[in-house]
Amino acid sequence: MDGKENGGSMRQHRTIAAVLSAFCMGLGQLYNRQWIKGLMMVLVGGYATYYFANNLGPAIRGMITLGEHGSRLEKVNGLTQMVPGDHSINLLIEGLITLMALAIFLIGHYANIRNAYNTGRKREEGIAPNNFRQTLNYIFEQKFAQSFLTLPATGILFFTIMPIIFMILLAFTNYSAPNNLPPAKLVDWVGFETFRNLVALKSWSHTFFGVLTWTLIWAVLATVTTYFGGVLVALLIQQKGIRFKSVWRVILIIPYAIPQLISLLVMRNMFNGQFGPINQYLGYFGLGGLPWLTDPFWAKVTVILVNMWVGIPVSMLLVMSVLTTIPKDLYEAAEVDGATGFQKFRIITLPMILFSTAPILIAQFAGNINNFNLIFLLTNGNPAVGDYQYAGATDLLVTWLYKLTLDQQRYNMASAIGIIIFLIIATFSIYNYRRTRSFKEEDMIQ
Amino acid sequence: MGMKMRNAIRLTLSYIALVILAIGCIYPALWIVLSSLRPGKSLYSPTLIPETFTLNHYRELFTSQSFLFGTWYMNTLKIAFFSMVIGTILVLLTSYAVSRFRFKGRQNALSIILVLGMFPGFMSMIALYILLHSLDLLNTHMALIIVYSAGAPLGGTLIMKGFLDTIPRSLDEAAKMDGATNFQIFRQIILPLSKPMITYMSLTLFVGPWVDFIFARLVLRTKENWTLAVGLWDLVNSMQDSNFTLFAAASVLIALPITLLFVFLQRLLVDGMTAGASKG
Repeated sequence: MDGKENGGSMRQHRTIAAVLSAFCMGLGQLYNRQWIKGLMMVLVGGYATYYFANNLGPAIRGMITLGEHGSRLEKVNGLTQMVPGDHSINLLIEGLITLMALAIFLIGHYANIRNAYNTGRKREEGIAPNNFRQTLNYIFEQKFAQSFLTLPATGILFFTIMPIIFMILLAFTNYSAPNNLPPAKLVDWVGFETFRNLVALKSWSHTFFGVLTWTLIWAVLATVTTYFGGVLVALLIQQKGIRFKSVWRVILIIPYAIPQLISLLVMRNMFNGQFGPINQYLGYFGLGGLPWLTDPFWAKVTVILVNMWVGIPVSMLLVMSVLTTIPKDLYEAAEVDGATGFQKFRIITLPMILFSTAPILIAQFAGNINNFNLIFLLTNGNPAVGDYQYAGATDLLVTWLYKLTLDQQRYNMASAIGIIIFLIIATFSIYNYRRTRSFKEEDMIQ
Repeated sequence: MGMKMRNAIRLTLSYIALVILAIGCIYPALWIVLSSLRPGKSLYSPTLIPETFTLNHYRELFTSQSFLFGTWYMNTLKIAFFSMVIGTILVLLTSYAVSRFRFKGRQNALSIILVLGMFPGFMSMIALYILLHSLDLLNTHMALIIVYSAGAPLGGTLIMKGFLDTIPRSLDEAAKMDGATNFQIFRQIILPLSKPMITYMSLTLFVGPWVDFIFARLVLRTKENWTLAVGLWDLVNSMQDSNFTLFAAASVLIALPITLLFVFLQRLLVDGMTAGASKG
């Protein structure tokens, strides 16, 4: 910056730069003599403007109408031909992507105007604008966190957020087999009809409330059994006088070390009613075999039992690590007061364990509501229930959702169920997270 | 005397309980290993320990025309390895940024990560399928690597951040005084101190792709591109009862590396889990 510029036009830089940048991305930066940065921004801005000018209109129109023509027969050159129609779902997803790109561009554009304005103001104050090297330095040192986060944020935006918004939108369409599957047919917006059908239409609501009830019963039982099972096993090993504690521990965490995909498929064979070893052993003891996987009641018992096998080791490890943190003098004081072993457990051990693992307990409960693997791999939701819509006796909401999506192509219904699952889980998790220290200002800790 | 007696009874009962539990834990693993060494194909066997042992089923896995076990093993290794590396880096970047820096929208970013983790994963599968289709990535391993690693920060960030929060900030500040850049602080202070947690994170991110059969099945269309989990799932669905021993052999080979890793890294796992747990 040279002395001459401190003349009459001194107060103008910020306005001129901001207006130029508002007109086209990067122009203000060029005006501020940030050549490299300005040029890069002009290129990006120019390309973006060109892209949106061509695509924004059709994208919005496509999202609103979800396509205007289904595939149809038409006369082309005197011959009747099948003409492909609009693909509603592709229109929806393309529109969504365009809108998200537009949002990013607008945020960038706003930042660009502000940047031009601020740099202009600095020039008025006689401070030279950052050169390119300084800009890079600014990005990687001052704004380090934001720059660091760009890559993961982009990934999450396109591979998580966009799909989720898409699925939420689907719940408000009639995208479902057999009548509304593109490309042959169009899909339309239907508002809350899907939700209404789910809770009010007899055939769907019967299944929905049945599956919902079992999901909640399952989540409570699965969480309680594995948690207290883990506490018991941990106490068993940590007792005074038990030898080879670490050997027992290694043996008892084997179920945790085997991938669930394998262990659950193996379990499915073990519980096989005809040829499985479990019924074979029951036979040795003169007991009749049980219909472990084929009877609705016994199938429920089986999934709870197998879940204990899978889940207890984790709880055991957690409880063991809590046990080592309980101060010994608490027990000594209790012994002086003449407490029995059970009293010591009730008054000292249990409250301490519960206190430190309460958040995990709630997290496990939320996890069990969505415990897809266990049900899907073990029973696949079976045995089937006659008057359910595509669901079986052990189906959870989440496995039902899977069947509706991939087997039945009832996408709108599946999305509605997904939203309901989300609401249930979110309630528990947010309550849970709010009380943990991670969410409170963690600066307090250090 | 009575006291001693009671103690002895308590210990005996405890040992009995432990032995029963231990058998319960080991039995399924033992059963599947022994089944894989048993001649014949059927699920039913009159005895636990087969009368003769055979390695034929393992041989069949690698020579069968319909079962490209060797190819799948390499595919899975490749996908799991790259997803693990990229995913771990992304988790580290995200959690380092949210743990060490205070910026506008930080608290919101954390809440968004938390909330997004609560949607059932395959709710997004249809959209991902269409997206991958339009990017021309269907039936490629690249697609899986991208999706697995892009999803990693969602699951891992909060746990990793909880751990990084426990590394005293005075360390960074001292380094900053000495003129270290953020990158240097990250590389020379944060990384070495979070080794146990990184191991835990990498292991989880490795196991995920290793056993995923749902998304992989949707994306990978041709047999030679499949992963182990997809192949196993296909085997189970197509000929479970008629070829149980082959399934057993495949199961053993798929589970073995993961199980060994878990047993060897046991200590780290416990540390990682409890770090994640105290974060809540």
